[in-house]
Amino acid sequence: MIVQVLDIGLVALLLTLAGWTILARFTFPAVVSYVAYGLLLSLIWVRLFAVDVALTEAAIGGGFTGVLLIAAASRLRTTTPTEQGPAAPLRWAVAVLSALATLALAIVVLLLPDPSPTLAPQAIDNIAITGLGNPVTAVLIAYRAFDTMLEKCVLVLAVVGVWSVASDRYWGGAPSAPRAVAQSGALTLFAQLLPPLGILIGIRIFWVGADEPGGAFQGGAILAAMWMIVMMASLGDAPAISKRWIRIAVVAGPIVFIGVGVLGFATAGGFLAYPAGIAKTVIIFVEIFMTLSIAAALPMLVAGPPIQAPRL
Amino acid sequence: MSAATLAGLTGAVLAGLGLYGFIIHPDPLRRVLAFNVLGSGVFLLFGILARRGAAAGLLADPVPQALVITGIVVAFAATALAVALLVRLSEETGRVGLHAEVPAQTPGDGADG
Amino acid sequence: MTLVLNLFSIGAICAGLVFFVAGTVGLLRFPDPLSRLHALTKADNIGLGLVVLGLLPFANGVLGGLKLMVVWVLVQLSGATVGQLIAQSMRRNGPNA
Repeated sequence: MIVQVLDIGLVALLLTLAGWTILARFTFPAVVSYVAYGLLLSLIWVRLFAVDVALTEAAIGGGFTGVLLIAAASRLRTTTPTEQGPAAPLRWAVAVLSALATLALAIVVLLLPDPSPTLAPQAIDNIAITGLGNPVTAVLIAYRAFDTMLEKCVLVLAVVGVWSVASDRYWGGAPSAPRAVAQSGALTLFAQLLPPLGILIGIRIFWVGADEPGGAFQGGAILAAMWMIVMMASLGDAPAISKRWIRIAVVAGPIVFIGVGVLGFATAGGFLAYPAGIAKTVIIFVEIFMTLSIAAALPMLVAGPPIQAPRL
Repeated sequence: MSAATLAGLTGAVLAGLGLYGFIIHPDPLRRVLAFNVLGSGVFLLFGILARRGAAAGLLADPVPQALVITGIVVAFAATALAVALLVRLSEETGRVGLHAEVPAQTPGDGADG
Repeated sequence: MTLVLNLFSIGAICAGLVFFVAGTVGLLRFPDPLSRLHALTKADNIGLGLVVLGLLPFANGVLGGLKLMVVWVLVQLSGATVGQLIAQSMRRNGPNA
């Protein structure tokens, strides 16, 4: 009974925040409300017993998307919109359409088959071969490794896309990461105290992902956040995109993944097949480079395209 | 009702809210926000599928969870690209919007079309 | 023994919740941003501290308890930094909305 009340309270708060995000008049309150919404959503994921997803939602969905949107809202504040919103009758029509969509999805939710089909037994049966203890990590890196590899490639493509919207004369220069307007002692102290601890925590979350909730994405996001804090406190600059090390860091993950996959033809008889016996070693090896890539790509995505001419 | 069903219904409402905001708002940044709300609603629907698939000693089916993790990262990448395009568009033209007006090419900018 | 531990946990967590509610009421009712900041940091520091104290008997051994304390210290650190930043921004720009 108490748990029901807590659930309903959480859902009510979440829907209020989502409504505020959509319906607020000004952009900045909507963005702030979205950040709070993302963090609250990760609590709902914990209620659904999906702790890995909760970690990812809190780190990437709430944290990184929030930083991105706040920086965007402040950069776009002085622009004028080109068009007006639709008139009232059209708004009502769209509201009815959205309500119909919600109704359809709700009916699907209420009419789900019971018992519902599940892949959990197969996941558990085959997990001993991979040597992992966390079934979500096993799905990500072993059973559906192809999807994860393509997702890493999507991240690289997004970085290339963000870099390529720069104007010609800035190509190869450095982007400007969102940073504090004025020098602040408190921020500098924070950026000196937190990153060593944060890097340790990030590496630990990546490492325990093999057996407990955690993994490469969550650990990589924490490492990326530490780098962002250093950049935000003006203790470090965003690297020029022509620098070799940042390019190698961003593509290292997918390249190692694809390389291991191709080697799988020779060693285990298929693309992305891991040889039995050393499966866990191979998985950890791939995950290390994935974490490095994520830690390099996420801050670059937030920093945006280069806005200074490259220094020769 | 169980937590899973409540979460699924929440996901349905969030998807509807996000759809409404995505269609209505003239400001592209608000549309990106609404798109993210829509995406997270759909992910919650995956979450209820995962929770109802609890079996074999696990509390939730791991395959939809992995799909959602992938989806969150890809949604962030798409949002970052959209924001970069928006900021660039606003720098070039001083306005931001999806209207198909062709702005006059300002000289001395050096950007190719 | 377990009864005493449970009562202690419930008492500590409820005390922490009192501070959280006080912080929220302060956020909603105080007139200007500096006093609202004051209310929020109280909720952060001592409210969370009492909640962590109440959860310590149920932690996974000494290491789990240490992790809870680290969470509390980190939240205090980030709360203090953000409080300083907001106050400095207010001093520069005047009380913004």
